[in-house]
Amino acid sequence: MSETELVHVLSGEEIAEIEAEIAHLPDRESAAIDALMIVQKHRGWVSDTSLHAIARLLGMSSDALDSIATFYNLIFRQPVGRHVAMVCDSVSCYVMGADGLGKAIQEYLGIAFGGTTDDDRFTLLPIVCLGACDKAPTMMIDDELIENVTAERLGEIFGRFE
Amino acid sequence: MSLMDTKPLLGRVEEVGGLVDLNAYEAGQGYEAARKALTSMSPEEIVSLVKDSNLRGRGGAGFPTGLKWSFVPQGDAAGEGAKYLVCNADEMEPGTFKDRFLLENNPHVLIEGMIIGAYAIQAEKAYIFLRGEYHQPYQRLVEALADATARGFLGGGIFGTDFNLDLRIHSSAGRYICGEETALLNALEGKRAQPRTKPPFPPASGAWGRPTIVNNVETFCNVPGIVRNGVEWYQGLGLTEDAGTKIYGISGRVNRPGLWELPIGTPIRELVERHAGGMREGFELKGILPGGASTDFLVEEHFDLAMDYGTIQAAGSRMGTGTMILMDNSVCPVDMSRNLQHFFAQESCGFCTPCREGLPWVEALLLDIEEGRGQEGDLEVLDRNAQFIGAPGNTFCLHATGAIEPLQSALKYFREDFEEHIRTGKCPYHRRHL
Repeated sequence: MSETELVHVLSGEEIAEIEAEIAHLPDRESAAIDALMIVQKHRGWVSDTSLHAIARLLGMSSDALDSIATFYNLIFRQPVGRHVAMVCDSVSCYVMGADGLGKAIQEYLGIAFGGTTDDDRFTLLPIVCLGACDKAPTMMIDDELIENVTAERLGEIFGRFE
Repeated sequence: MSLMDTKPLLGRVEEVGGLVDLNAYEAGQGYEAARKALTSMSPEEIVSLVKDSNLRGRGGAGFPTGLKWSFVPQGDAAGEGAKYLVCNADEMEPGTFKDRFLLENNPHVLIEGMIIGAYAIQAEKAYIFLRGEYHQPYQRLVEALADATARGFLGGGIFGTDFNLDLRIHSSAGRYICGEETALLNALEGKRAQPRTKPPFPPASGAWGRPTIVNNVETFCNVPGIVRNGVEWYQGLGLTEDAGTKIYGISGRVNRPGLWELPIGTPIRELVERHAGGMREGFELKGILPGGASTDFLVEEHFDLAMDYGTIQAAGSRMGTGTMILMDNSVCPVDMSRNLQHFFAQESCGFCTPCREGLPWVEALLLDIEEGRGQEGDLEVLDRNAQFIGAPGNTFCLHATGAIEPLQSALKYFREDFEEHIRTGKCPYHRRHL
């Protein structure tokens, strides 16, 4: 693939959104994290092909960009399910029983942390403190914060996400 | 006297009963301080005022805010190019949930504080560096920024002056180390969030090599009140030598976990008993982490102390973020220490060997002790490693130092628990997987 073809792995919409970020930054590389997050928003994750394309668009090496992509918790370099469920495993939730809850959620979904259900509906990940410690234990599914989670509520909680 | 006079950060939230939108904020003296600052005060006057107020950083370190601002070069000394003002809204210290509440309920007090701060250091570009997980705060900020811009409080020629401010949100992609201010600046520049060498400090050379101030959300939220009501009023709010109010929080097995804006220096026991409603029936308070996961445990002998910077430091810990995590008598101190070290080991940026290699090693040893594989001598090994890993200067930033604070204090105050695990080869607590 030529340089131009490679960039056009990205959609016109993705490129426009990335260029809009670059417009108010001192240089193109400064948009690296924004660009990765934009592509992930559209595709769910950042594949090698997407990574190479973003790197060309920003005028940086793919390796340099991958060192950034792999550093951050919320950038996925592997495919994820339609919904990403993140369960807080930090100290306030721990005090309120998050270890037991984590086990119950893994059993409920039939996958371990890091896994994706066979129907691609959920990827399950641990997450650090979600900043809602007065309503522990907490979790997040996609953009939605869920507070005071109990094992009894799992059917109701996960049932809302198709 | 209105609630705004005793609770300048959250009084309006209490009056309104939730989100303070622009109309509600303006009806409660909102943006009067920014107008006063930009139209009748010089930048130097504001820096002096904030310095005199004795406002200290509310993000954890407690550095005097006005002093930090005074380090920014002004006029020709600043050289060519932009200056930056950055709000650290990367609230990731485990057990801390105060900035989320401020952003979700009173976004305009932050924006107003940032306008005043930007004018004081003469920065025309500002960023709110926001946790990627904070979706609700993001939405509230987007709406508040649009409203403030439409009313002419942001953008060009604010309040009819020649001061301009471009204020944007940068959503983080998530790492605890981004809360360290130089790591945050690297993340803002789109790089890996590794801490930078200091000096130079950010007021001299920060974002893109230009003078930059980074302050916590709650810190900025203190500024409008100081400008509106003055230094004497602000210092009168505190109960001890520190000034102003503090948003205190409590999580754990109390009857009413939550957040309260109270005079700084409110005693620990009053927070637990009166505001959080005491421990739940059947549970006793055994220890607290006073200001987030990276602060030393305090125990019964400390519970009558005032929660302020100096008092808690003299007791061997730090007030930190002021949001306390309570350990009750059903929680195993060894396993809680393992949970804490798991967090710090995972979130190490990996640059320095003691932090990258030492913290996972400490976590593994704590797991061994918790699961009955502890051996004689293990506690001395933990003591030695706590000293080595935690000593400032052995690592580039203070991540490892913070990580070791709850461990060294757990080894001190709950040593019998550690010894019992090793002696009996099992954990005497039974509710770990509750």
